[in-house]
Amino acid sequence: MAVIEIQNLRKTYKTGFWRKTEKEGLKGISFEVREGEVFGCLGPNGAGKTTTLKILMGLIFPSGGTARILGMDIHDPRVKQQIGFLPEQPYLYDYLTPLELLEYYAGLSGVPARERRKRSEAALARAGMSEAANMPMRKCSKGMLQRVGIAQAIVHDPKVVFLDEPMSGLDPIGRREVRELIQSLHDEGKTVFFSTHILTDAEAICDRVAVLDRGELKGVDVVADLLSKARGKVEITWQGQPKIESIRAMSLDYHATGESVRAVVKEADTDRVVDAVRQAGARLVSVTPVHGALEEYFLAKVDAPKKEAEE
Amino acid sequence: MRARLALIAANTFREAVRDRVLYNLVFFALLMVAAAPLFGVISIGVEKIFMVNLGLAAIVLFGVVIAIFVGTGLVSKEIEKRTLYTVLARPVARWEFILGKYLGLAATLAVNTSCMAAGFFVAVAYVSVGLHAADVNLLVALYLIGLQLLVMTALAILFSSFSTPIFSAAFSFAMFVIGNFVEDMRGFAAMSGGPEGWLVRGLSYLVPNLGAMNVAAQVAHGQPVPGALILADTANALFYAVAALAAAVLIFERRDLK
Repeated sequence: MAVIEIQNLRKTYKTGFWRKTEKEGLKGISFEVREGEVFGCLGPNGAGKTTTLKILMGLIFPSGGTARILGMDIHDPRVKQQIGFLPEQPYLYDYLTPLELLEYYAGLSGVPARERRKRSEAALARAGMSEAANMPMRKCSKGMLQRVGIAQAIVHDPKVVFLDEPMSGLDPIGRREVRELIQSLHDEGKTVFFSTHILTDAEAICDRVAVLDRGELKGVDVVADLLSKARGKVEITWQGQPKIESIRAMSLDYHATGESVRAVVKEADTDRVVDAVRQAGARLVSVTPVHGALEEYFLAKVDAPKKEAEE
Repeated sequence: MRARLALIAANTFREAVRDRVLYNLVFFALLMVAAAPLFGVISIGVEKIFMVNLGLAAIVLFGVVIAIFVGTGLVSKEIEKRTLYTVLARPVARWEFILGKYLGLAATLAVNTSCMAAGFFVAVAYVSVGLHAADVNLLVALYLIGLQLLVMTALAILFSSFSTPIFSAAFSFAMFVIGNFVEDMRGFAAMSGGPEGWLVRGLSYLVPNLGAMNVAAQVAHGQPVPGALILADTANALFYAVAALAAAVLIFERRDLK
């Protein structure tokens, strides 16, 4: 079942002093997000990711097309009870504490008064913010605010969670925790739609991804399929012999920096390359399977039209 | 719906109460009221008249300053700081947000005005050695000040629904000043006649007649305020407040939040 249905969605902004110049934010995109999947919306800055999210949240109005969530129009008030939203770089009321903020939002989302405290504390605990629950928000770091932002998106136990750049502002540990949190939402059967430009995050947790570029949808694909297509490549690095011609000849990619060399070869050639490195007297540093699937897919989708245009 | 309105209003109240600027304003208002008896000493025999005029002027002035500065920031600040995103992504209609904000600020102003009024009555009791029956008119004057603040808050929210805080404050102050000269505009219109007279008369009906809600001079002299005036002022204030809020909702409902 499709939880999010987007059909020919368009957004045109009027710019300039007289508002006569039109700029297309979204150029008629269409895709669906299925129930229970983690769906990543990828794209460079200005691709239309945030615009899509803002339309879905009812913050801006589309210039054309339709968008439905859980089978209902996005402006249907019943939809809003079933969704949670984390905006990009969340700006939260700095005169409140995280606990006060979550209780307020829980109330706005229709959580009964007697349950608000319990639910808020649970959401803060899930986001790793229990210890700072009563700290004034204005004293919170950027990473802490991001965690509070995530907690407010799930405090009312929504069916669909929308996250705009959820890893932004987080350190590596925080990013891993957010990935785990998204995974746990997925395990509970919730649908997660999130936008990001960090491809490794998307690759680690998404079931499917859509690539947007300059307001156009460039493709929607299953991440597992992309990863399987990439299998069969291995990256081998060594030191001491920058030019081993036999390896260079069979390499898909060969790059030497001083004494260090990085070569990408077919998985089937691994043993031959390793033997060649040893025979040449070089020091083998690493043999690693290549995981650049999503990046390759992304760059192909985003760069291809540019290259075509250049040609 | 009512629960959401109450929550938004309560949060707006909490925001205002936690803002130090508000305390500074109330402190200065109370200081002015407290200083009024000292001014009264200078004008022998008219202490109370001076006291009442200055006290009521201080209450209305500081009330309007709070209404405008807090009111103009209520919506525009939320858009600017994007705090609105996480609110409107919930089952909160845009009109509920506007109305909730208005009610929250109205409650804040009611508490502030009550504090200032309490200080004012203490000062009046000090100057006139106790309160007298005629002082009930002071309550009427305070009620009419409350009406002015309700109108100004609604106007501040209206302007902030489509403009920046600075422009909104400027527009609101202009409306406050013009609103206090509505009777003069109508007098001018009656005298001049012709197209310009009609124009001025028409304009005078676009702005609320705040001057008619200022009865400080009357009550300072112990004169009662006619019931008809109280009723007319109440209807006038409600009409303009509702119209301004309705316009704010209409604008805000269609606005893209960038």
